[in-house]
Amino acid sequence: MNESLSWWRPVAPWAISALVLVTLPLVVAGNGTFSIINVVAINIVFALSYNMLLGQGGMLSFGHAVFFGLGAYGAIHAMNLIGEAGYDGHGFWAFFPVYLLPLVGFACGALAALVVGWPFCRRAGTAFAMITLGLGELVAAGSQMFPTVFGGEAGVFSNRMVGPVWFGLELAQPADVYWFMAFWTLVAVFAMWAFTRTPLGRMSNAVRDNADRLQFIGYPPRNLRFLVFIAAGGFAGLGGGMAAVNYEIVTPESLGLLTSGLALLMAAVGGLAVFYGPMVGAILVTVMNSLLSDYTDASILYVGLVFLAVVMFAPGGLGGGIEQVRLAWRRGDLGAHLPGWLGGALAVLLIALGLVSTIELVYQISHGRDKLARLLGLEPDPASPLVWLGIITLFAAGYGVARVSGRYREARA
Amino acid sequence: MSEALNILGLKKSFGPAEVIRGVDLTVARGEVHAVIGPNGAGKSTFFNLVSGAFAPSAGQVSLHGRRIDGLAPEKIQQRGLARSFQVSNVFGNLSVFENLRCACFKQSGAGYAFWRPAGSVKRANRRAEEVLEMIGLRALRDSPAGALPYASQRALEIGMTIAGDADVVLLDEPTAGMSNTETTQAVSLIRRIAEGRTLMIVEHDMGVVFELADRISVLVYGEIIATGTPDAIRNDPRVKEAYLGEEAA
Repeated sequence: MNESLSWWRPVAPWAISALVLVTLPLVVAGNGTFSIINVVAINIVFALSYNMLLGQGGMLSFGHAVFFGLGAYGAIHAMNLIGEAGYDGHGFWAFFPVYLLPLVGFACGALAALVVGWPFCRRAGTAFAMITLGLGELVAAGSQMFPTVFGGEAGVFSNRMVGPVWFGLELAQPADVYWFMAFWTLVAVFAMWAFTRTPLGRMSNAVRDNADRLQFIGYPPRNLRFLVFIAAGGFAGLGGGMAAVNYEIVTPESLGLLTSGLALLMAAVGGLAVFYGPMVGAILVTVMNSLLSDYTDASILYVGLVFLAVVMFAPGGLGGGIEQVRLAWRRGDLGAHLPGWLGGALAVLLIALGLVSTIELVYQISHGRDKLARLLGLEPDPASPLVWLGIITLFAAGYGVARVSGRYREARA
Repeated sequence: MSEALNILGLKKSFGPAEVIRGVDLTVARGEVHAVIGPNGAGKSTFFNLVSGAFAPSAGQVSLHGRRIDGLAPEKIQQRGLARSFQVSNVFGNLSVFENLRCACFKQSGAGYAFWRPAGSVKRANRRAEEVLEMIGLRALRDSPAGALPYASQRALEIGMTIAGDADVVLLDEPTAGMSNTETTQAVSLIRRIAEGRTLMIVEHDMGVVFELADRISVLVYGEIIATGTPDAIRNDPRVKEAYLGEEAA
């Protein structure tokens, strides 16, 4: 590799990310797009914080939303306090800008993890998964019992146009909220990346790989798991704080199992073994969730299918795939591998097309024509055998390409 | 006091089965002490008791005159006793260097630090590089430990054991499954480790045992039946009957 480029390598991802964040508002138009981007930003932080547990620390959690949700609740209550303090201008909250609310979220998430985490961290694996599942259910159910704190089913409302404004950083226009999201995402991603480079970050990888051995180099695994758990809870809370500012409402759903499942889904689709994997997963899953529901009733089914396909056929996730290509490129044998990989991708595409057509046709039979088909200018008739023949052809072609490219890959391995 | 390890009446039962049935053993400071015995004699259990992996059912273990029996493994490690494992027991996804550095963090007091980069922990980095050089794995510095060839993984295993500056080191079958050349290399590595340290070794290869050990203890059915210099052990009739004789037959 070129030596003169070596200084650029560690800086490049950050420089490119910053450039993308700066140019994005110039390119996109419309408040709808901004609102999707804001959700992507929140989910990037949430998914990365989840991966501190699962990918980095080897702890499979089904209750991570608890810390996200408590961070969000902490931030929204703080936002209300800022609003109330604004009338008479006295007290701590009168001087606290809404811009810094994600820090309140971080504190709430980390504090919650600190309070409940110690008994959880004795073991990883199934025990940890079950206990966190229990915690998630417990907190979600318990939130209904304290309507003054959690706002009952409707949640807690607030208004972000309050409090002191520093350096003209308001949250009035959609673009203002965008800059707020961009800033905090960059801060959180950088902090979580830096965490992986610290002794504790490295030791959390060691506890994932071999907790028993860790004892014999002087560390009880439980202490390390606990510290990682607190950090992950804190960053989940920071994401929650961003969500509170974005939506100006927090509901008990944000604490529940569905939200926890979303974190797992995004992290696994993006890839657990690569730092940026969960970010890729967060972008893909969020965009799928928000866009597909406009076009098809089967959107949740599609997200589930993507998850299934990744777990079965690409356990390294999308990030793992990107990393494979990058390593081959650096080794200089990308040319030898690429046809096999592209073949595999083509096979996935063909089979996916076949599946989508089948699902849409079945939906058409039961619900009437979907928007997706209309959008593509297609007017297929489910009664016509030709349509079904086409679908079978898609599946067959996909299977054939998969076989051929699989053999090609085996020959190169 | 010149005793590194003093073991008195050590017993361990798993349910009704008594695996270690009253072991008395003294390891002098600076010596290489081998523990040999037929399969199933309880050698690995004995190591697990001394290193804290299991708590003994009865008896005492003292390290430099201080009781360590019943302590957690990490506490025993912090007092200066480290052990290696019979089956390589490394952090598979971490690089060779990272494995060694993690093993150095405790003695640099840095393993819980999240406010500084790992590269800034000077002492751990320097020590990890030293050990890397010593175990001869410099060329494999950045390979993931799980992908190493068997003999290199064994060397890393030993490297991680000594990285934390322990002065009493327990090696569990360090040459098991190695070829002749690999064994020779491992023996010279163990020699270097023995300088300034106390070693206790469980080993099956009699050549290695008689070459390295200052003293040998023979463990049969959970009891030490003889302790002495290699020559004394070689000529001990009880040992011949219980162990060496078995092999000669």
